[in-house]
Amino acid sequence: MTLSKNDITKISKLARIATNEEEISKNIEELNGIFNWIEQLQEVDTENIKPMAGVGESTLRTRDDVINDGNIKDKVLSNGPDVAYGCYSVPKVVE
Amino acid sequence: MSSLIELSLKEAKSGLENKDFTALELTDSYIKNCEDSKSLNIFITETFDLAREQAKESDKKYQSGQGNNARALEGIPVGVKDLFCTKGVLTTAASNILNNFVPEYESTVTSKLFANGAVMIGKTNLDEFAMGSANITSHYGNVINPWKGEEGADLVPGGSSGGSAAVVAAKCSLGSLGTDTGGSIRQPAAFTGTVGIKPTYGRCSRWGTVAFASSLDQAGVFARNVTDASLLLQSISGYDEKDSTSVNKEVPDWCANLSSDIKGMKIGIPKEYRQGKDGGDDLPEEIIKVWEQGIEWLKDAGAEIVDISLPNTKYALPAYYIIAPAEASSNLSRYDGVRFGHRTKEDISSLDDMYEKTRAEGFGTEVKRRIMIGTYVLSHGYYDAYYIKAQKVRTLVANDFRNAFKDVDAILTPTTPSAAFKVGAKMSNVEMYMNDVFTVPASLAGLPGISVPTSLNKDGLPLGLQILGKPWDEQTILNVGSAIEKAACFELSPK
Repeated sequence: MTLSKNDITKISKLARIATNEEEISKNIEELNGIFNWIEQLQEVDTENIKPMAGVGESTLRTRDDVINDGNIKDKVLSNGPDVAYGCYSVPKVVE
Repeated sequence: MSSLIELSLKEAKSGLENKDFTALELTDSYIKNCEDSKSLNIFITETFDLAREQAKESDKKYQSGQGNNARALEGIPVGVKDLFCTKGVLTTAASNILNNFVPEYESTVTSKLFANGAVMIGKTNLDEFAMGSANITSHYGNVINPWKGEEGADLVPGGSSGGSAAVVAAKCSLGSLGTDTGGSIRQPAAFTGTVGIKPTYGRCSRWGTVAFASSLDQAGVFARNVTDASLLLQSISGYDEKDSTSVNKEVPDWCANLSSDIKGMKIGIPKEYRQGKDGGDDLPEEIIKVWEQGIEWLKDAGAEIVDISLPNTKYALPAYYIIAPAEASSNLSRYDGVRFGHRTKEDISSLDDMYEKTRAEGFGTEVKRRIMIGTYVLSHGYYDAYYIKAQKVRTLVANDFRNAFKDVDAILTPTTPSAAFKVGAKMSNVEMYMNDVFTVPASLAGLPGISVPTSLNKDGLPLGLQILGKPWDEQTILNVGSAIEKAACFELSPK
């Protein structure tokens, strides 16, 4: 498998990372180098092997659905880059 | 009082209890040494004022007689990896995207550290978002290893917890907190001649730790010796309902039960760990020698050496480089310039444009690379071929260990395939990733691992051995580590 310029552009878009021509051509080389090495996984026989998502138990704990936190609006907003009227402010989304 | 920094954690604690010196004097000695060690770039944020305040509080406890034995780390200066959220103290993950992030809350492990009376000397430098093996990807510059290469050449301290390793090696603190996702405690410990331990996955809470790869991330500690490491680890371990993967198990008193008596213990030696950086049978002679020496030491201590096979070892690292970036690409999607962290100041045409510019400016090259890998392997059409395939290989790697531990109590391997290398050494991405070839397999399986310094190589640089244990059996690896430490008599002291 070889990643093309189009692939890199598409991945950058999906990852929401702006990129430029210079970075794209550098990425083609580097990512292909890494994926060529990763390709060796294909030689492992994984027929009937279950995928492992994590180390722990497969079911997560539950707790009673009660409020155990809250009334900390100022704390929640304290690191916001643009905060107004108790809300995060973002560029216009709906035309 | 510069000699105070020569004391081990245990010695310093009893000095404080006997009122030989005050916690403030101890802290000031360390601050002085930190100031003399600035060229190592150990800290992203120094917290000397906070440290002095905390030390004064500890002194009040000692003076009123409450300090003795009550809190295990009362007045002990510790470095904290800048990946742990600390209330009111800048927490950056070594990234430009968090260059202004001041948490409103305290991570569980640092809460525990402070509840045990520790003094925080500073937030230590690391690879950006813990992604790296040489501490050369930090937005805040490289950390320099206190150990020097030929003609005084600057060496890397390893990574990602490079600052946390260097702070202990340079005697700028008595211990430190780090995190280990694929080797980020054990590998830098080996490169700096320190003891580094990563406990079983689920032993320490991940709450308030900036996430990299959630199914692998685990907090741990660095110290000057195994005893100090056991004490530090014990004080940050334990169940936390705020972390869904934290496991509700009692934390044993590892320190009290520490023993170098390993008579009759079965130690596995995996033949697959003879591969070197190139993946072939090219493990350097000096590493083989240290490993064989370790085997002899354990034999002399009465352990039984058992040859074992972990056949899927070779595939652990490529599987890791699918799984960890996949989880990272998901975790790091939260950095969007909306709720916290950096937001672009450039003109923007849309919300997406804001995201893209913010993230392009905020993330460094290695982090972007891993987000790209992760995004790709999780994308439509590649998910099964890469991500699910890697998860299946992870099962095989974990099964290898499960089978091996039917016959042995612990496994002994080299920690790294080389000693610390020069800052600026030319290597490809994959060659850099190979630094973690011996640490990653146990991470995939969630097992506890410790690196203990053993000796110096021909260039005078420290080398370490890794001991891996069964899940929840930190005691055994600490004890085997203690036996190795006793036999090695390693003198920790960069010139």
